[in-house]
Amino acid sequence: MDGFLLLAFLFLIAGVVAVPLASRFGLGSVLGYLIAGIAISPILDWLHVDVVSIQHFAEFGVVMMLFLVGLELQPRMLWNMRNKLLGLGGLQVGITAGLVMAIAMALGQPWTIALAIGLVFSLSSTAIVLQTLNEKGLMKSGGGQSSFSVLLFQDIAVIPMLAFVPLLALPELQDLAAASHGAADEGHASMSLVDRVSGWQRALLTVGAIAAVVVGGSYLTRPIFRFIAVARLRELFTATALLLVIGIALLMVVVGLSPALGTFLAGVVLANSEYRHELESNIDPFKGLLLGVFFITVGAAIEFDLLFNNLGEILGLTVGLIVLKAAVLYVLSRIFRIEGADRWLFSLGLAQAGEFGFVLLSFTVASSVIPQGLAEHLMLVVALSMLLTPALFIIYEKWIARRFVSVQDKQADYIDETGQVIIAGHGRFGGIVNRILLAAGFKTVVLDYQSEQLESLRAFGIKVFFGDAMRPDLLHAAGIDEASMLVVAIDDKEGATELVRYVSSNYPHVYIVARAVDRHHVYELYSAGCRDIIRDTFDSSVRAGRSALEALGVHPYDAERQVRGFVLTDQEQMLSLASSYDPDVPVHENEEYVRRTREYLDRYAEVMKGNSAMFATRLDRGWMPPTLEDVEAESAQNSEED
Amino acid sequence: MAKVIVYFAHPGHNYSHVNRYMAQAARKIDDISFVDLYADYPRFDINVDVEQQRLRNHDVILFQFPLFWYSTPSLLKEWQDIVLEHGFAYGAGGDKLAGKTMMLAVTAAGPEEAYTSGGYQHHPLRDFLRPLEQTARLCDMRFSTPYALYAALKAPTTGEVEPHVDGYRRLLEAIRDDRYDWKAADSAEVLGYASLPIRKES
Repeated sequence: MDGFLLLAFLFLIAGVVAVPLASRFGLGSVLGYLIAGIAISPILDWLHVDVVSIQHFAEFGVVMMLFLVGLELQPRMLWNMRNKLLGLGGLQVGITAGLVMAIAMALGQPWTIALAIGLVFSLSSTAIVLQTLNEKGLMKSGGGQSSFSVLLFQDIAVIPMLAFVPLLALPELQDLAAASHGAADEGHASMSLVDRVSGWQRALLTVGAIAAVVVGGSYLTRPIFRFIAVARLRELFTATALLLVIGIALLMVVVGLSPALGTFLAGVVLANSEYRHELESNIDPFKGLLLGVFFITVGAAIEFDLLFNNLGEILGLTVGLIVLKAAVLYVLSRIFRIEGADRWLFSLGLAQAGEFGFVLLSFTVASSVIPQGLAEHLMLVVALSMLLTPALFIIYEKWIARRFVSVQDKQADYIDETGQVIIAGHGRFGGIVNRILLAAGFKTVVLDYQSEQLESLRAFGIKVFFGDAMRPDLLHAAGIDEASMLVVAIDDKEGATELVRYVSSNYPHVYIVARAVDRHHVYELYSAGCRDIIRDTFDSSVRAGRSALEALGVHPYDAERQVRGFVLTDQEQMLSLASSYDPDVPVHENEEYVRRTREYLDRYAEVMKGNSAMFATRLDRGWMPPTLEDVEAESAQNSEED
Repeated sequence: MAKVIVYFAHPGHNYSHVNRYMAQAARKIDDISFVDLYADYPRFDINVDVEQQRLRNHDVILFQFPLFWYSTPSLLKEWQDIVLEHGFAYGAGGDKLAGKTMMLAVTAAGPEEAYTSGGYQHHPLRDFLRPLEQTARLCDMRFSTPYALYAALKAPTTGEVEPHVDGYRRLLEAIRDDRYDWKAADSAEVLGYASLPIRKES
């Protein structure tokens, strides 16, 4: 326990200190974690901490990340990407692996080892690149999308690679491994069912597991989450989300498939579900922390003795690898017509080796494909190339993106992207707002946490996500960063005010339309920063008043103007009182507020006494004919002129 | 520099062939005021005080609209009905608009030959604008010759949209910079983009 606390403290403090520093210098969080890892590695050595096993544990962050990536990817989008995915991704892996293999053979390695090295180096770092692209807001750019396609292909390609690598085993290494079996093993092999079954059973199990993920994801999540929702405990959702991801990962390990692929698939299946944002916001912090730990271990695992003893060789190999990969990517980007700054983002961004390289390397050692000593050198090359990635992004940002800025500005004019509207609450109020916005062709994201209602809405094809809009993380998952408007239509009065306060102070670019429950609530919302406040029963009451006037024999057009005058007066009064309202001072102690209220009450008393017209002076004025005196004065004036 | 305000009134601006582009051009001109009446008062509750203040603040009041049944779109008529108040625009003490200029920029669906005594509209275009002309006179304003486009529905096929919009921009800039020859304008019944009396220097 003490050891665990110490370790947790070490990792956390290293991250908490190094990451903000790295961000401040524009290096990005990944480099921050790597530096943190390098900084604490002497302490970890001194404590005899098994960094590699922590790394295996932290690799689960990659699994979670792929789940989240899957959540963002609807099946249709995946289908639309198929050309890039297979073409760009397939060629990148194939060509890079081939070239690396040729070079390795030229350097005197047997073809089996050369091929294994080629496969290891063909992969790029999903974790670093996706994290960096997201942080820098480049994910939606052409270069970002192409990079994503390639990374996705690589992540999927790891699975057949893991199956293929053992076939390359060298007999002499196998004998060696037989003596010390299991030492460098992945750990989960012992749990695998597939070791003990025949080929067709294995195939059956694989198909069955994938089917279980797809069918279970489609049909089981909804009832499970409904069951959970009854308890109304937040942590239960987190627990369920974790259970889902870990359960799928476990299932995949048991049948000998990649957990990353399984969770990615589950993510894609759930991408259309109403629980998507809920899952996203629950998994996201775990993913972030685990990836942080993963990068720290990468930094800590760098063996400086080995590095400094072979500095020239390893540095040369690393730079050579980066140049080779970048060159392959550059050629591909020309073939696939990736233009301008995007071409460089794509070429430089994916030029490193990746975390799956580590996985594959330790697997090749375990499968007796690559000897231990060589693998250690290669590990260093992978780690060093990952360490250099943030530098490549900095080169892109500082030198290349700048030169293409004018081109991108021009393109931005043509993309008429309407920002999303987030609607919090899909009851009788939010529902109508949603229907109106959708009918006008705007994109909306609706959040509500009443499960029963959501399901009936889904039946009518209305897309609603489950979740409590008052949670910042969920708002984030729903896309508040890119949204242009938030409609607050939740029943909870205080909650609505808090939501308005949070969004108006943290996302000033978001226009807020809020529903107020009563007059007092208007003031609260106003002081929370909302300037477009709609009282939920006001318009219907006004219409009822107009109906009553008409039924009492008032001419319909007069009734209409009376009522319109009332609305205008009331709005003016409301605005004046709202701007003098201070939530921290009780209203009866707020002098300005009291003075203004008294003014309105006095005016109202005058009306009651019959000394003044009701409201509506503004609207009636235009229709008042000149008085007789006016007419006389005018004719007098005209006769003078004549 | 003359202070110009453009009042644009078109309820179906999305389906407009010419007026929307004229409005776009006018909106972009610096140092003139542009009001999209249907945007300011989508529910027809015109704010008389605001409008009268706008009129006080400007020298040239230009109404831009398509001719609807030989008159203005209904919101612009409502605007006249309630903004041009007795005691403000006319009548005893109603001298707030005196000395200012009213001008119109209208588009007409029918061709120029229709607006003749022998054509199917039976009267020249200027005759249908007499109510506004007399309104200006009653308010002691100068009514300047309207800037008009005939056959506006066919304008996209005859290539007249661009020159008419460009003429509109030149007209507004000339008025703003005191380069518009009001006297010369008075000699014409109706002005088109080819006949605008614009001087090079003020």
